Amino acid sequence: MPLNIVVCVKQVPDSWAEKKLNPDDRTLDRASADPVLNELDEYGIEEALRLQEAHGGTVTILCMGPEKAGETIRKALSMGADQAVHVVDDALHGSDAVATSAALAAALKRVEFDLVILGSESTDARMSVVPAMLAERLSLPQMTFAKKVDADPDARTLTIHRQTDDGYDVVTSSLPAVVSVVEKINEPRYPSFKGIMAAKKKPVETLSLADLSLDPQTVGLAGAWSTVNAFEQRPPRQAGTVVTDDGDGGTKIADFLVTQKFL
Amino acid sequence: MSQILVLIEHANGAVKKVSLELLTLAARHGSASAVVIGPGADNAVADLTRFGAATIYVASDAALISSVVGPKVSVLNKLLGEHSPAAVLIASTAEGKEIAGRLAVRSSSGVITDAVDIEDGLVAVQSVFGGSTIVRSAVTTGTPIITVRPNSTTPVESSGAGEVVTVSVELAANDTSAVIAEHVVEAKGGRPDLAEAATVVSGGRGVGSAEGFELVEKLADCLDAAVGASRAATDSGFYPHQYQVGQTGKTVSPQLYIALGISGAIQHRAGMQTSKTIVAVNKDAEAPIFELADFGVVGDLFNVAPQLTQEITSRKG
Ligand SMILES: Cc1cc2nc3c(=O)[nH]c(=O)nc-3n(C[C@H](O)[C@H](O)[C@H](O)COP(=O)(O)OP(=O)(O)OC[C@H]3O[C@@H](n4cnc5c(N)ncnc54)[C@H](O)[C@@H]3O)c2cc1C
Ligand SMILES: Nc1ncnc2c1ncn2[C@@H]1O[C@H](COP(=O)(O)O)[C@@H](O)[C@H]1O
Repeated sequence: MPLNIVVCVKQVPDSWAEKKLNPDDRTLDRASADPVLNELDEYGIEEALRLQEAHGGTVTILCMGPEKAGETIRKALSMGADQAVHVVDDALHGSDAVATSAALAAALKRVEFDLVILGSESTDARMSVVPAMLAERLSLPQMTFAKKVDADPDARTLTIHRQTDDGYDVVTSSLPAVVSVVEKINEPRYPSFKGIMAAKKKPVETLSLADLSLDPQTVGLAGAWSTVNAFEQRPPRQAGTVVTDDGDGGTKIADFLVTQKFL
Repeated sequence: MSQILVLIEHANGAVKKVSLELLTLAARHGSASAVVIGPGADNAVADLTRFGAATIYVASDAALISSVVGPKVSVLNKLLGEHSPAAVLIASTAEGKEIAGRLAVRSSSGVITDAVDIEDGLVAVQSVFGGSTIVRSAVTTGTPIITVRPNSTTPVESSGAGEVVTVSVELAANDTSAVIAEHVVEAKGGRPDLAEAATVVSGGRGVGSAEGFELVEKLADCLDAAVGASRAATDSGFYPHQYQVGQTGKTVSPQLYIALGISGAIQHRAGMQTSKTIVAVNKDAEAPIFELADFGVVGDLFNVAPQLTQEITSRKG
């Protein structure tokens, strides 16, 4: 039996850039860094493509984000996904994780799928909560932090290795399910030239809040259930002492640790 | 005084340090109530009372920890409904954040993750963008659900009433749909938990090999430290992935962080920048890690680290 998979991807500021908040509405200043496909989501796309190669079925990209996130969707399609859904609406600006998960869940209710795959964390918000929230909203098994995924579409079962602090848990569930993946799971492919050309013609459906029957008051800054009251730049660390090893580098560190009362 | 619920992290009743930190924070802003889920709760009562728990809610059914996250959400949600606490505090671990997220959705509450302190009015202080920015935020809807990073507060002993209340809960069907069939332990035993350790010694690509990490472990052991690694080191298979420090690994905030052969890329700094004291050894004087280091040595770690281990061992006598 084929597996139909939706992969949720987010557009984030490049993690190589220093990030800032906007002073006026205290949201992430997305203009100050190049927007890119959240790196961890590439592992989700790769895993979906591997499952598709093994079982057949379709891979659909789901992204909530501004107009500009269209570029991120094209990148995901150029890796090999078949089609995409783009949730875009100005009222979504400033959405917290609770609202993001509501919008993604509403979009997922419109499609048939066996698996939803997400990255385990977005590199901007770093909350690592959206996958669990989706499992809650859709009443589906939470198969998160997977470093290995085995699906059996005929038996309608799924087994993952869920990464833990001291190793991993073997977790089983039925399908459909919500999966999040850690970066250890695979090595994402680079888009080929052919893939990039093909992506231009792949279908992207755009959905507004009205299409999802969501009240604009419940999302975005207006609907956020938490607010940022204030923010400040942490003072930069004082420059320390740097010495060159002349055969006594270890001793010098030990001396330093004594002055700091670590020894 | 209104209650603040603290979800206790424990292994068969052995309470993790972070949970004692959270109890201390809770007692500062209300009446601290511990929530202990899973077998072994009885073993935890003495510690929790000693660190200020007024009430200890105990749900000890083993079934509550044999599915991913859902049952814990049900226990907390039930307590939310019955006691209308002022807030729920959960450790900012991978699973803690998932519990917080699902509880937020289930109880229609706002959630804040990765707080490093809680101020009056239940304002959460967060350190974001790798520690470069400090944000103060508050939950405006429902019960504030806040996850707090390990090592954010020093646990303070203050004896609480420690009244034990047994909780039983009916699970929703979806609570048990992801079944934990087996725990596989790969950890290297005997060292402190990476997220909680007072000292962390990390190795990077410069350590060169899995064998090279013995030198990192030896230094760690003489300092009673946890061992960490950069992503380059875990990706190269020098050290297991769960020890990765940084943006997509653990965030650590120890008293002392020693970086060996780590360049200090922005994503690595994101996970260790708030360490109190940073020491770095790198043979490249231009490595960005030196911008953060309180004390840096430009040199070969294969010479410097063993000498340091020996110095520490002999000075400790
Ligand atoms: C989205 C994203 C997320 C990421 N998340 C993380 C993360 O969570 N954690 C993380 O660490 N990285 C992360 N990275 C990777 C990060 O960008 C760097 O690639 C990585 O931190 C580099 O590791 P390193 O410093 O060990 O290796 P390198 O950058 O290769 O540095 C090795 C250093 O060792 C020094 N050296 C070599 N030999 C010796 C010797 N004998 N003695 C002394 N010094 C020596 C070299 O001078 C060099 O400075 C992430 C990247 C991205 C894009
Ligand atoms: N706006 C979004 N659109 C699509 N997917 C998202 C969005 N935000 C988060 N996700 C998914 O949820 C994962 C975890 O994000 P977070 O909980 O924000 O750390 C990401 O890796 C994405 O797969």
